[in-house]
Amino acid sequence: MNMQQSQLTVSNAMPTHQGRLINTNYGLINRSRMNNNDSMIDQKRRAILGGTAAAIAGLTIAPGVFLTETAHAKPVDEAISSKTRWGILIDTNNCNDCNDCVTACEEENGWGSGSEDEQNSRPDQKAQWIRTVKVTDKKTGYAKTLPMMCQHCEHPPCVDVCPTGASFKREDGIVLVDKHICIGCRYCMMACPYKARSFIHETLTDQRSYAPRGKGTVESCTMCVHRVDNGENPACVDACSSSMTFGDLNDPDSDISKELERHGGTQIRADLRLNPGVRYQGLNF
Amino acid sequence: MKKVYFSEIDGNSMGYLAVVAILGLITVLGLGAFLYMEHSGHWVTGMNNQVVWGMPHVFAVFLIVAASGALNVASISSVFSKSAYKPLARLSGLLALALLAGGLAVLVLDLGHPDRLIVAMTYYNFKSIFAWNIYLYIGFFAVVIVYLWMMMERKMNGFTKAAGTAAFIWRLILTTGTGSIFGFIVARQLFDSAIYAPMFIIMSFSFGLAIFILVLMAIYSGTNRPLGDAILFRLKNLLGVFIAAVLLMVTIFYLTGLYATEHHDVVAFILNGNNIYTKLFWVVQIIMGSLAPLALLYNPVTGTSRAWIAIAAILVILGGLAQIYVIIIGGQAFPLVLFPGMEVSSSFTDGVIASYTPSLPEFLLGLSGVAIALIIVTLALKVLQFAPNSLADVDVDPHYVAAK
Repeated sequence: MNMQQSQLTVSNAMPTHQGRLINTNYGLINRSRMNNNDSMIDQKRRAILGGTAAAIAGLTIAPGVFLTETAHAKPVDEAISSKTRWGILIDTNNCNDCNDCVTACEEENGWGSGSEDEQNSRPDQKAQWIRTVKVTDKKTGYAKTLPMMCQHCEHPPCVDVCPTGASFKREDGIVLVDKHICIGCRYCMMACPYKARSFIHETLTDQRSYAPRGKGTVESCTMCVHRVDNGENPACVDACSSSMTFGDLNDPDSDISKELERHGGTQIRADLRLNPGVRYQGLNF
Repeated sequence: MKKVYFSEIDGNSMGYLAVVAILGLITVLGLGAFLYMEHSGHWVTGMNNQVVWGMPHVFAVFLIVAASGALNVASISSVFSKSAYKPLARLSGLLALALLAGGLAVLVLDLGHPDRLIVAMTYYNFKSIFAWNIYLYIGFFAVVIVYLWMMMERKMNGFTKAAGTAAFIWRLILTTGTGSIFGFIVARQLFDSAIYAPMFIIMSFSFGLAIFILVLMAIYSGTNRPLGDAILFRLKNLLGVFIAAVLLMVTIFYLTGLYATEHHDVVAFILNGNNIYTKLFWVVQIIMGSLAPLALLYNPVTGTSRAWIAIAAILVILGGLAQIYVIIIGGQAFPLVLFPGMEVSSSFTDGVIASYTPSLPEFLLGLSGVAIALIIVTLALKVLQFAPNSLADVDVDPHYVAAK
């Protein structure tokens, strides 16, 4: 990440007296396509400053009391901790096959329609970090559509099998690939029960600085770790607030935990006992 | 038993040079294919995000499995004290090293980042069976080289049995590791079975011995050194036992699958599908690669004909390649089960049989692994004393001559 982008990301979050960060610029900046254009940056910076003041005024009714609950971000200099377990809850009852979550991810992370790359790759060779899957009960005809991506398992098989440790799980449960030590053996792709990973079959040039990708390495959904670390929701969740909830599964007061407590949730391939961080509702098969 | 004399082969004939030239050419073509795939990226291959391991892995796994099996002849001599096999022990060790080198070369050159081999050597995740295998492969080279040294250096001969036993144990663990690459995978329906470890060990016995028999016959026919029936018939009878043992393991594997409803779909896909894997399984692996060689090796007419023994060994190798192809490619082509019993579809080929057509560069890279293995053997025979001067019955097994 270059200096301008570092400033941008850091300035997106404001420290509070509670030692947490709240995000202040939802909807104010189109982060879908970052570029290094100076004037763009200046515009964004102005928007952030204006947005920050407005957001603080709007969200705070008294010191320490907020009208809205935001994702619990940590200060940038604080180590990732296992106190947090990030998760996403997807209510498939509201999922209407609109593909907004997929498009948002493509734009945010620079793959698929969000990138000029992968022109040579066949459709089955192109990367897909998130996809909509249609499930049908053949007997009854009952069908559901749902987004499928890396399930950020507590016991990820991809991490177990990776010979170099390039596949790893952060303390907060986000499963990532270290592109510097991925040797491209694809054993993680053999091991993932969700088919969540893609191999890059050709040279790439059009990338986001915060979502590095490269020929000969494996990649998957990062749960938008660059946004999460900055107190924001993953791009898919922001694109689909009606069906997707992001939050800390370890925090009983978080929206996601409360919703799971009230209505429960399903793990895909729960029989494998991987304890995924992505849960679904409305899958009554 | 008579004393066995070893010597280097001359290696000056046109035939020898032609063999080296042909193997060298295949190796160069394979390296060219590697450079092409490495430069372009894997989009030029038949591999995709569902079938992530392709033809190079089929050759690599076959060669690695065969490598440990090729050492068996030496183990029978050193560990189980069968003196008739003693003259073959050095060649057995050499072939094991060469096959492993060929297999590993293909495996490494098919990585997305072969330039990061040093990363694979310096960063380890000890929960990964792949990481264990890196140690097992490197250790195999070390153990077998020491074993060869004990055999070839007269002063060290006393340690041959100890070194041979270590190599035998090591090779069993190594093949266990190779089989477990698939046995430990919970995600794919055809994998996730403990039987892969013992099945791969038995497969290694069969594939390794088939290659050993062919290499032995080629060396002795090419150098006009005597190769008697006694040793050859022992080897071919042993090969028959190994083929039958592989068939037993394959039968148990699929019977288990047929019993458990959960596995019906994937077993039907392999055994009774309208696809290449079913054809390869029944026609090449079972009929051509198992039943035909069994018949050839035990039939009194063909079983005593060198040509038919060689054909049987070739069929075992082709059947073995088909078996590995069905396991690796077939196992990946079958869709992952996201929602058991449900119909699934997506833009990412969920719920459908994945297609895979190997490309020419992949095939050339795989074949170059075989060429690398054989060229190592060919060159080593010229510089070191691996091959006995005579494997005539009278030199190997006087009892066989007396019984005749």
